[in-house]
Amino acid sequence: MGDGRHPAAELAIETRGLTKRFGHQTAVNSIDLAVPRGSVFGFLGPNGSGKTTTIRVALGLAAATSGQVSVLGQEMPRRLKDVLPHVGALVEGPGFYPFLSGAANLHRLDSADRYAPSATRRARVREALDRVGLGHAAGKKVGAYSLGMKQRLGLANALLMPRELLVLDEPTNGLDPLGTREVRNLVRSLAAEGTTVFVSSHLLAEVEQMCTHVAVMSVGRLVAQGTLDDLRRAGEARVRVRTPDIAGALRVLAALGLVPEQTEPPGRAGDDDGVVSAPLAPGSTAPEAIVAALVAGDVRVRAFSVDRASLEDRFVALTGEGFDIAQ
Amino acid sequence: MPSDPLVRAGNLPCARPAVGWDLFASELAVLFRRRRTWAMLLALAAVPVLIAVAVRLSSSPPEPGRGPPFLDRVTQNGLFVGITALVVCIPLFLPLTVGVVAGDTIAGEANLGTLRYLLVVPAGRVRLLLVKFAGAAAFCLAATLTVVVSGALIGAALFPVGPVTLLSGDTISVGESILRSLLVAGYVTVSLLGLSAIGLFISTLTVVPVGAMAATIVLSVVAQVLGALPQLEWLHPWLFSHYWLDFADLLRQPIAWTSFGDNALLQAGYAAVFGALAYGRFVTKDILS
Ligand SMILES: Nc1ncnc2c1ncn2[C@@H]1O[C@H](COP(=O)(O)OP(=O)(O)OP(=O)(O)O)[C@@H](O)[C@H]1O
Ligand SMILES: [Mg+2]
Repeated sequence: MGDGRHPAAELAIETRGLTKRFGHQTAVNSIDLAVPRGSVFGFLGPNGSGKTTTIRVALGLAAATSGQVSVLGQEMPRRLKDVLPHVGALVEGPGFYPFLSGAANLHRLDSADRYAPSATRRARVREALDRVGLGHAAGKKVGAYSLGMKQRLGLANALLMPRELLVLDEPTNGLDPLGTREVRNLVRSLAAEGTTVFVSSHLLAEVEQMCTHVAVMSVGRLVAQGTLDDLRRAGEARVRVRTPDIAGALRVLAALGLVPEQTEPPGRAGDDDGVVSAPLAPGSTAPEAIVAALVAGDVRVRAFSVDRASLEDRFVALTGEGFDIAQ
Repeated sequence: MPSDPLVRAGNLPCARPAVGWDLFASELAVLFRRRRTWAMLLALAAVPVLIAVAVRLSSSPPEPGRGPPFLDRVTQNGLFVGITALVVCIPLFLPLTVGVVAGDTIAGEANLGTLRYLLVVPAGRVRLLLVKFAGAAAFCLAATLTVVVSGALIGAALFPVGPVTLLSGDTISVGESILRSLLVAGYVTVSLLGLSAIGLFISTLTVVPVGAMAATIVLSVVAQVLGALPQLEWLHPWLFSHYWLDFADLLRQPIAWTSFGDNALLQAGYAAVFGALAYGRFVTKDILS
């Protein structure tokens, strides 16, 4: 794994030229997704970029306009009946009967599963509820659940049976900080048991903490995919120099072949320091050489750092700055 | 590692799928745990009570030929209350409740968001349709039985009960008359299956359950209006409401089964056609709710 090329059976989800159109609008535009088995795969993208649509097609809820999907090495939707029992899913928020209790809702969904033994149903429902921290609210009507409680119940539903693949569409939506952390731990422990977790999320910090692989969607296209480190490495690092000698720093850095700019004017932090920064291509000037050049050029260096691109920087670079929904 | 991941996945607790009656049981549980279902059954149970109390309180006994059929017999024998109430409920009340349940089948699940979760379980689209139709049929049975049983109880409480004189003039025992009442309930249940199938089909077309319910109910009214127009005589045998009130044959001695058979055939035809339409629509439908 991690070498970028995987035999089909090693991929938990694979799409080839997957396209989904709604009328004239292309929600998913010819994407080739490769989710390695055993990975925790973060699926990112701005609102309306086609994440949920991709998930719906992969789970056989919607038909692809063109292209192929296979899940756990089996073609979908042809092998849907054989594949889906191994897949737990949370798709675009939870959906439950408000007039039934949390436990009764899980009973209902579990009894729809022909592979789920009825003998152990009660125990499995209880265990799943406990696992998401809903043990005490099991008998409460779902109509009286809070948003986060419903979300947790949706997760419990995905955990009713041992799964090989979990597809979680924004699992931490509406969860409190402790709930978010619990979900992160849950995902980690499931991954440790060998379950592949495919998780779409908007919380980049969270993805950074729990995912091994990442893919980024933008306006229906897959604009990046790979291991988390690959993706971050692809983004440029930046050198940051904190100094009162702005002009000097700009001159020295430019002389080194960098393209510096002043990113913070002097005096903002209450002293006379400003910040000059410049993108640093991998393999170009060594950071220690930059510091030496600055000192030699009589620049008073008060702080110096080389920041690796954060996932957020990378995300913004890939999907664009605009706040407006693209289509 | 064996190449087929699904073979390797020996971690499934049972390798062979169960037949899956659990889903039907769970469908019934969901249907009959809803307050709405009980409200409708209660309203249906109130109809014979209203009739019986009204007849009991009125000073003069009902005249033959006025009011609903069998009303004049109620004072002589309480066992007729249930039958009279069924006749009253068939044109509107029963189709109304059946329209609500059948129209809700798929659209209701879609609206709650439970449909996508049932399908990724996977419940199977065809299996889900069959279970939903069976659930609607179970409601039809529960609804008609509610009217008949409530009628028998209130009739026995307010009027004399004894051997029943049939339409053919023969007299049957109380026990036999209860059997006949159940037979009529069965007839009415079968009568409503065509409408249930129509509701199921309409329910696959929308994610707004109220729309599907209203459309189903409107269709049942339209069918009866068309059935009342003599100019459309040629159409009448094809209307699903054509035999709705023809259960009098079951109250003769010996029982004439022809209308029961004709009705069953017609309803089976409707169930087949609209079941096929629902199948055609639902199996390929994108579930985007
Ligand atoms: N039922 C539908 N009919 C028409 N267009 C749709 C439908 N569902 C989604 N779309 C369109 O498809 C595009 C992708 O939507 P999708 O729900 O996949 O986005 P997403 O990435 O999941 O967004 P979010 O982060 O907000 O959940 C959007 O432009 C949306 O308008
Ligand atoms: Mg989404």
